[in-house]
Amino acid sequence: MGRMMLGAEKGYRDEQLARRILDRIRQEADARPPVNLMEVCGTHTVSIGRYGLRRAMPETVRLLSGPGCPVCVTPGGYIDAAAKLALDGVTVVTFGDMVRVPGDTTSLEEARAQGGRIAVTASVTGALDIARAEAGEVVFLAVGFETTAPTIAAAVLAAEREGLANFSVLVSHKLVPPALRLVLDDPDCAVGGFILPGHVSAIIGLAPYSFIADEFNVPGVVAGFELIDVLAGIEALVRMTAAGEAGIENAYPRVVRPEGNPTARDVVGKVFEPADSDWRGIGTIPQSGLALREEYATFDAARRHGIAIDSAEFPKACACGAVLRGLIRPRDCQLFGTTCTPQRPVGPCMVSVEGACAVSYKYGED
Amino acid sequence: MGERLVELAHGGGGTMTAELIGVVREYLGNPVLDGLEDAACVELSGRLAFTTDSFVVTPLEFPGGDIGRLAVAGTVNDLAVVGATPRCLSLALVIEEGLPFSTLRRLLSSVQETAQEAGVVVACGDTKVVERGRGDGVYVTTSGVGEVADGVDVSIHRVAAGDAVIISGAIGLHGVAVMAARKGLGFASPAESDVAPLNAMLAPLVRELDVHAMRDPTRGGCSAALHEIADASCVSIVLDEAALPVPEVVEGACSLLGTDPLEMPNEGKALVVVPEPAADRAVELLREHKYGRGACRIGRAVERGSFPLTLRTALGERLVDAPRGELLPRIC
Repeated sequence: MGRMMLGAEKGYRDEQLARRILDRIRQEADARPPVNLMEVCGTHTVSIGRYGLRRAMPETVRLLSGPGCPVCVTPGGYIDAAAKLALDGVTVVTFGDMVRVPGDTTSLEEARAQGGRIAVTASVTGALDIARAEAGEVVFLAVGFETTAPTIAAAVLAAEREGLANFSVLVSHKLVPPALRLVLDDPDCAVGGFILPGHVSAIIGLAPYSFIADEFNVPGVVAGFELIDVLAGIEALVRMTAAGEAGIENAYPRVVRPEGNPTARDVVGKVFEPADSDWRGIGTIPQSGLALREEYATFDAARRHGIAIDSAEFPKACACGAVLRGLIRPRDCQLFGTTCTPQRPVGPCMVSVEGACAVSYKYGED
Repeated sequence: MGERLVELAHGGGGTMTAELIGVVREYLGNPVLDGLEDAACVELSGRLAFTTDSFVVTPLEFPGGDIGRLAVAGTVNDLAVVGATPRCLSLALVIEEGLPFSTLRRLLSSVQETAQEAGVVVACGDTKVVERGRGDGVYVTTSGVGEVADGVDVSIHRVAAGDAVIISGAIGLHGVAVMAARKGLGFASPAESDVAPLNAMLAPLVRELDVHAMRDPTRGGCSAALHEIADASCVSIVLDEAALPVPEVVEGACSLLGTDPLEMPNEGKALVVVPEPAADRAVELLREHKYGRGACRIGRAVERGSFPLTLRTALGERLVDAPRGELLPRIC
């Protein structure tokens, strides 16, 4: 389960150490051409906003947010479908940050106000508990990257073992490496290095990132989420880019092993298989998501409840697609802070608390 | 025979209602309440402070407290933070059919203990029973009246640039304790709610110092309360992140849930704003009381800038946005 901060984690917020690392980054960066570093994970985006790191960086180091906020990239049609399920009498169980996110036509919050049954949980075990206790249909909204997929796969296996016939999952899992490839494939891509997601890497290990360095000659560093973790990741990337090194480093060894977590991957592989997936604001990316394997079709909420998820047309003026690819900053979008705010979001990066635009707005970033 | 439950007839106005009121009086009986008049008559003097609050919390009982203690402390604290001496409360219970009498008795006992601790009288009350499924066990509304001494002027409109901002202790405990106690959230925590009446802790400050403003940072946490103070007084408030008393259980739960300790509700803390020269004494006075042992300065008011509330971090300054409402745990 998640990351409870233990006493030892406190050291990773040490201010004096943070200033020393920042000084070293400044010294290194002063003597070199500017570089854009992309943090891929929404949790990194929040850490960077929370500690004010974008502003603290020297002018030659620019931090950009990437496509790694799972709530943001979940299609609007998926949310509409979940809201409809709740209104049709199904208990829809979800991580809390999905509740307020607007779909194409409605939101879970709106469905709840109209009488739909929406239960919020911090882990999929909460959904299993509800399915065990109640006779009605329970659908868990399976969103997130490689980090959340293993617990959801384990829940499907548990439901099968226990014969929980009223439990199913509506799957919109996404995979990180295909999204990185999309960013790098863009002819305008200006990313000089990646701050790679700590939790995702704890599952998949380092190997799936090797193409970044091998094919695109761009370095990547796996980093944790506390202040010192993020700074250490940035420092390593600044050093590598200055030296012209392209490789994949692990700056989060207390959590991430190079080989990742094979047991968790086995569980995911047993239940899910890779599939093309629709990313809100971006479109379909080949083999970038997970779908339930045929053997587990009975736990597929889309099949069980006959749901077809529509892809709606994306608002034209919204620049989220460019934000998610690191081509522009949130503030460069003409809708930012005017027609598009966290209260009334237009695009996906504003809808979630971990979205690049929402974080930029919340913490008053440049 | 099963457990005795509150039935709809207990709200019908007949002998069963008398029985229910009897149970309430067992715990809260006093000369004013026992008169059973349609309205309580009490002796008060000077300027009066008057407030009301409704309490809906799931679950009714949580580590560190319950809805009974919450309902008394909440209203007592609203009076105390305007510098009033709380005198009497009303207590209205909207009970859901099927609530076990044993639960009701525990909640009433808690009301009684907390009222006694705060030195307030429950002067009047009401009970209603609603059908099963139309309430979460019990909803409680308390109104309170307090006396404001001559010359006391504690107001969120009085804060000036240069004032010191003080918190009476560790933040976020109530929010974390209640979220952890909620079923189906799939998250556990050893946190206990800080719910407590603060009038005895705050009275010496009001007597001795020119306290500019106080607020109990309940819903929306310190962030919402400080935004309200900053806006009302047209100043900005700068907090020092390193000074914020965030216990490890709160830090851990917030990083797990993706919430900010500054947005977590408290039910036994006060934000106190005083002129800079009085700040050390204010902290000292707070620390003399058991609920204020962890009191410390957390920031100061400055001339109004572009943002009402900012946080000085290790590496710079960032704004603290006003919370938007419901606290929702995030994905990963």
